Amino acid sequence: MRERQASHNARRAREFEAFVAGAAGRLLHAATLLTGEAPDDNPRARRLLTLALAHTYACWDRMRGEDPYDHARQYLATRFARGAWHQYGGGPGRGRPHPRSPLAVLTPQERLIVVLRLYEGVAEEQAAALLGLPTERVHTICDRATATLLHPRRGQTPAVASAKVAPS
Amino acid sequence: MNRTEREATVRRLMEQVPPPVPPELYGEVLRRGARMLRRRTVARRLLWLALFAAAVAFTVWALTARPWVEPPSQTTPPLTGW
Repeated sequence: MRERQASHNARRAREFEAFVAGAAGRLLHAATLLTGEAPDDNPRARRLLTLALAHTYACWDRMRGEDPYDHARQYLATRFARGAWHQYGGGPGRGRPHPRSPLAVLTPQERLIVVLRLYEGVAEEQAAALLGLPTERVHTICDRATATLLHPRRGQTPAVASAKVAPS
Repeated sequence: MNRTEREATVRRLMEQVPPPVPPELYGEVLRRGARMLRRRTVARRLLWLALFAAAVAFTVWALTARPWVEPPSQTTPPLTGW
């Protein structure tokens, strides 16, 4: 019994290590884009990734057929959404994105949706369900964020103005 | 520029600089994940223990108080025909 448990643990450790080796790079890139940090100085992204992978490790045995990468990505996204709401939503402060990040001109929510939709290729409906938003809203935010990224001068002003009119 | 081109441009913008994965990440992940698992095990055990204790307490109370036995009558029947 004990022997079987030990071999089971060893196999799990092997599988998990292989998963981390394959997925960590891409997930860390996604997390760094989310937090808007510079690629070589990303403590928040590392922390997010560590939490997501640890959660995946803890759920490893109960994942019957579910994709662990999907699980980690979901946890990363929801965790970032919650953190952005609590700590970084209140205007410029310590959460201000680093200027060297490619998504520095976007708000945390826009970054989240752009990373999920365009970098990770998650379908609009899935992203909407994950974040608890209507699908049309995800579509609109994604469009607006794309426009802001491609034309920063023209895109930034209406985004700020609309945020002032409707703070909710 | 249509929608597909715009999205492709943004994708290229994001793909530029992949950050290096720190080597100590895996150890930290394992440490935290194992701690999470341990805590879950402890919580599950505590929950079962509480359930067991409640069941034992209920049994002991039921056996001593015997709530199914009809309580003795508190009023005496009126005395008539004396």
